[in-house]
Amino acid sequence: MATPRTSPEISGMGHSMKRKEDPRFIRGRGNYVDDIQLPGMLHMDIVRSPFAHAKIKSIDTSKALKVPGVLAVIDGPTLAKYNLHWMPTLMSDTQMVLPTDRVMYQAQEVCAVIATDRYAAADGVEAVEVDYEPLEPVIDAHKALLPSAPVLRTDKKGKTDNRIFHWEVGDKSATDKAFKDADVVVAQDMYIPRIHVASIETCGCVADFDRVTGKLTVYMTTQAPHAIRTVFALVAGHVGLSEEKIRIVSPDIGGGFGGKVPVYPGYVIATAASVVIGKPIKWVEDRMENLQADSFARDYHIHAELAARKDGTMTALRIKTLADHGYADAAANPSKFPAGLFSICTGSYDVKHAFAEVDGVYTNKPPGGIAYRCSFRVTEAVHCIERITDVLASELKMDPAALRMKNFIQPDKFPYKSALGWEYDSGNYGAALRKAMDIIGYEDLRKEQAEKRARGELMGIGISSFTEIVGAGPSKHFDILGIKMFDSCEIRVHPTGKAIARFGTKSQGQGHETTYAQIVAEELGIPASQVQVEEGDTDTAPYGLGTYASRSTPTAGAAGAMAARKIREKAKKLAAHLLECSPDDLVWEPGKFSVKGAPDRFKTIQDCAFAAYTNHPQGMEAGLEAVSYYDPPNLTFPFGSYICVVDIDRGTGMVKIRRFVAVDDCGNIINPMIVDGQIHGGLTMGMAPALLEEIQYDESGNIQGGSFMDYLVPTAMETPAWEVDKTVTPSPHHPFGAKGVGESATVGAPPAIANAVVDALAHLGVKHVEIPITPEKVWRILREKGVAE
Amino acid sequence: MIPSQFDYHAPTTLAEAVALLSRFGEGAKVLSGGQSLLPLLKLRLGTAEHLVDIGRIPGLEYIKEEGGVLKIGGRTRESALEQSELVKAKAPILHDTARVIADPLVRNLATVGGNLAHGDPGNDHPATMLALDAQVVATGPSGERVIPIDQFFVGLFTTALRPGEILTEIRIPVPPPHSGGAYVKLERKVGDYATAAAAAQVALGPNGAFVKAGIALTNAGPTPVRCTKAQQFLVGKRPSDNSFAEAGRLAAEACSPSADRRGAVDYKREMARVLTGRALKAAVQRAEGR
Amino acid sequence: MATHRIELSVNGAKQSAEVPSRLLLVHLLRENLRLTGTHIGCDTTHCGACTVLLDGTPVKSCTVLAVQADGREVTTVEGLEKDGKLHPIQEGFWEKHGLQCGYCTPGMMLSGCALLARNKSPSEAEIREAISGNLCRCTGYVNIVKAIEYAAEKMRER
Repeated sequence: MATPRTSPEISGMGHSMKRKEDPRFIRGRGNYVDDIQLPGMLHMDIVRSPFAHAKIKSIDTSKALKVPGVLAVIDGPTLAKYNLHWMPTLMSDTQMVLPTDRVMYQAQEVCAVIATDRYAAADGVEAVEVDYEPLEPVIDAHKALLPSAPVLRTDKKGKTDNRIFHWEVGDKSATDKAFKDADVVVAQDMYIPRIHVASIETCGCVADFDRVTGKLTVYMTTQAPHAIRTVFALVAGHVGLSEEKIRIVSPDIGGGFGGKVPVYPGYVIATAASVVIGKPIKWVEDRMENLQADSFARDYHIHAELAARKDGTMTALRIKTLADHGYADAAANPSKFPAGLFSICTGSYDVKHAFAEVDGVYTNKPPGGIAYRCSFRVTEAVHCIERITDVLASELKMDPAALRMKNFIQPDKFPYKSALGWEYDSGNYGAALRKAMDIIGYEDLRKEQAEKRARGELMGIGISSFTEIVGAGPSKHFDILGIKMFDSCEIRVHPTGKAIARFGTKSQGQGHETTYAQIVAEELGIPASQVQVEEGDTDTAPYGLGTYASRSTPTAGAAGAMAARKIREKAKKLAAHLLECSPDDLVWEPGKFSVKGAPDRFKTIQDCAFAAYTNHPQGMEAGLEAVSYYDPPNLTFPFGSYICVVDIDRGTGMVKIRRFVAVDDCGNIINPMIVDGQIHGGLTMGMAPALLEEIQYDESGNIQGGSFMDYLVPTAMETPAWEVDKTVTPSPHHPFGAKGVGESATVGAPPAIANAVVDALAHLGVKHVEIPITPEKVWRILREKGVAE
Repeated sequence: MIPSQFDYHAPTTLAEAVALLSRFGEGAKVLSGGQSLLPLLKLRLGTAEHLVDIGRIPGLEYIKEEGGVLKIGGRTRESALEQSELVKAKAPILHDTARVIADPLVRNLATVGGNLAHGDPGNDHPATMLALDAQVVATGPSGERVIPIDQFFVGLFTTALRPGEILTEIRIPVPPPHSGGAYVKLERKVGDYATAAAAAQVALGPNGAFVKAGIALTNAGPTPVRCTKAQQFLVGKRPSDNSFAEAGRLAAEACSPSADRRGAVDYKREMARVLTGRALKAAVQRAEGR
Repeated sequence: MATHRIELSVNGAKQSAEVPSRLLLVHLLRENLRLTGTHIGCDTTHCGACTVLLDGTPVKSCTVLAVQADGREVTTVEGLEKDGKLHPIQEGFWEKHGLQCGYCTPGMMLSGCALLARNKSPSEAEIREAISGNLCRCTGYVNIVKAIEYAAEKMRER
């Protein structure tokens, strides 16, 4: 790791500065949405559908309205009067706020009870009587496209099937030809199961409409407050909600991971209720609502094929995917990318030809397709390429590390144009893999494995050498509902040399209050402890697209550096004025300008700040502040190599992770302690769907495992002691060479684990195991192969 | 998640508690540790008009040895069992069991009496108590009665407790010398119910052969399952991988698990077999003082 | 339905309230007493975000009735800092980056405190076991373990 340029007092880049946000959290003084209590606040609770697909014959609220404390019940027809019963999704699809005639998935919102407290609201929910007529549901994504399947979105004029989109990328004919010419072709079906981010804080809001001023303030668990404000203005403009009268506040957020990007019906209902009733309304979903109704992630049915020469050189990749989006496409992808950035699926390898296609379908499940701590379908892509790479290694009887080394895009090839059109910024994949192999003792492990196999014991070693694609994104290609995916920072330096910096993103635990302050400290030499960072209030922060897809450092962080540089330029003029020299005669080191050749003649940034308000030169505006809206020239491509060692219990099929080494490269690092923390957490959220988590439905569309009883979020006992290390390959186009790191580990970990399990069973002829790899799945393989205890 | 309305009662004597339960009949539930009952009420999967909290009645939390019997108060917390040196010394199987119930925070409130009285075949104590040949003391309107554990579990969520009765004590005959027991549980993660679990309590004779074996299974049927054939098979046999395996096979035959998110029937039955073998092996190791 | 007059000690201060039978302890703390450091994360007694100490023992306050706390001592995260001085466990979480979003943190710290009260030098395995009733979605637990180890060391020094 490079030595930091700044002193510990300044704590710019590279310092493991203790987090500035922690003093409130360790005292229980965080301010999460459910902590907000406003005078006269009422509570909302939601009646939800027990059926996956049903006609609503009637809703009888009479008993509910008699429950003490219940004030109102809001249903679809109520909202329809204001044309607020439908809303757009971020993918320009539509979804119901409340139904007027039909429910489309189990746990869908049916109506909402408003009461004086949450106990009365819950009693009210139980007292609402809804008469349903069940309809045939479409649950299996494969059957959704059969001509016999009922068409679900009859609300869309002329819709005759359940296809949402067909998307393809790459040169099909060149790819097909490469497959024809290949020495070896391997193919594998794999399913990336439906999972849920399950942040420990669920979603909720407090909507507060002031009838006198006409101002709506919504405190909301959102990762993207500015975009939400605009969506609200677009959706409710016709009822008089104008954007300058809408204030969205993201308070402290108890984990987001992508699940707090969408607009959920509950937010809209609570807002409508506040407007109608004129009082603040709090809605906080419970865990089961969170798991059962909020947007899910993944649910990709993939068929992948990889072509290669006999020597292991990969020549072409072909992928066909079916994406189950539930009853509405409520992914939160950039608009032009219905399958997100799935086309990163050629991964870390120099594959000359590739073609990928994805079909999105409607089913009677909750709407979604959001990320689970990943940048728009990158996890799906990485699982696919890293798994099929191991399938190829097995087919060629090559060591999976050697096969990867052979096919890596070499360091001198960057910037590298991939077959599916991306320009990778920088990478040194071989170095990361070699480092991981050295740390874990790869060659010794292979010897141990051979000895154990001879004794009938099952151990496996799995590698994943992933490349991510994050930091969306360049305005040329990236927008959400037309809003370009820049991000922003506004810095004001006060007369005494302290600063406030506001950003368009929103931390949900990533530590922005610290790392953004460090960026400003690095650029201006103002101690990070004296830089106040604020985000999440649309009335004060500059417009930005929010925090998800590892975009904060690549976009808003970059904006922070650019705004700081503007300030530094002005400070330089101020310093020249104070030192009575030309700006060209000044040299900068963090915190001060000094005269070339006369280092004792200097002015600190604090001197400059004071002068900006007290002694600025004629012709210069007073003050020291700047705004930057940063439009990244390219995405960033963090990467890493992970190696996992597993032992398998032949009696129960239980997989135990013995060791897991993660070598990450996220470019230049702002705060090493925070980066390690992001990787630890990401690894755990990578392990979870690899071994534990899945949301399934029975054939009637009943959710299986819709509580923490069956949705298996790992505890400290299931989680191994992660071993992390780094290589540093800066991004050439980012202002300070950083790439983003929040999601790398979630993306990279699942195939390392799956590959380790398959490797443990490889001598039995096993080529693939679907995730989550439950003990029962493994045991079935062991029994079939005749090696179960 | 909010429970429906109920009335809460906090009697300070057993007699008062029994009287309240008798008065309210079916509408009343005993609140012991509350770690199963309160979630059920919050999910509104269960209802109660009256909760009779036995938490303020003195003298229901104890672990003691009297006349060759280990006596455990019905309201004894799982964490107390887990930390008890007496339990570790006299009935390590019980220590095994307590420490895999739910999670450590739940165990600070959950009680051994509640674990048994809930009648949930997924709970962990029932199998262990079967293996230990425990007795349950029920206190009701007509005083105390002692129920052999084999007669206690009547059906799914149903026990031999009568309306108005409270489970006040568990009595476990202190195992003789050269005894050992173990409880082995397969769970998907901490806090989960068992996919399958096996309790084995054995006594070895002077020649090293089994003189007694208690074997029972968790989550292997609508009630906890005692594996009589496996027990009978072992008596007189010497401990060996073969005898453990055969006992495991017989135990698996005795179970009738149902499929759920934890696994299909055949998997669970196989796990009953594997875990029984492992529990026996561990039990014998303890019996042999290894 | 009946209400009950209860008196309890919360973070050393006497509190009294008139509570309905069904009021959960977590709601008494959060809404009646406005001690919002105790959080709610699930409905099924799995996540431990609502962990408080009841007479010194960590319990999940979403699965305890407020009326059950009558006459007892409750410690919440707000009660850890004494006379303006952070508890070693708070120092440890800050020092070792044992938290990210902060939502599980109060519960984690209280479980850690209770462990250290009965075990001055816990092993990593013992720490992991002691916090296994508390879910964290952000940290991967590595730094939580380190934070508790840090606190143990600080407490041994005192």
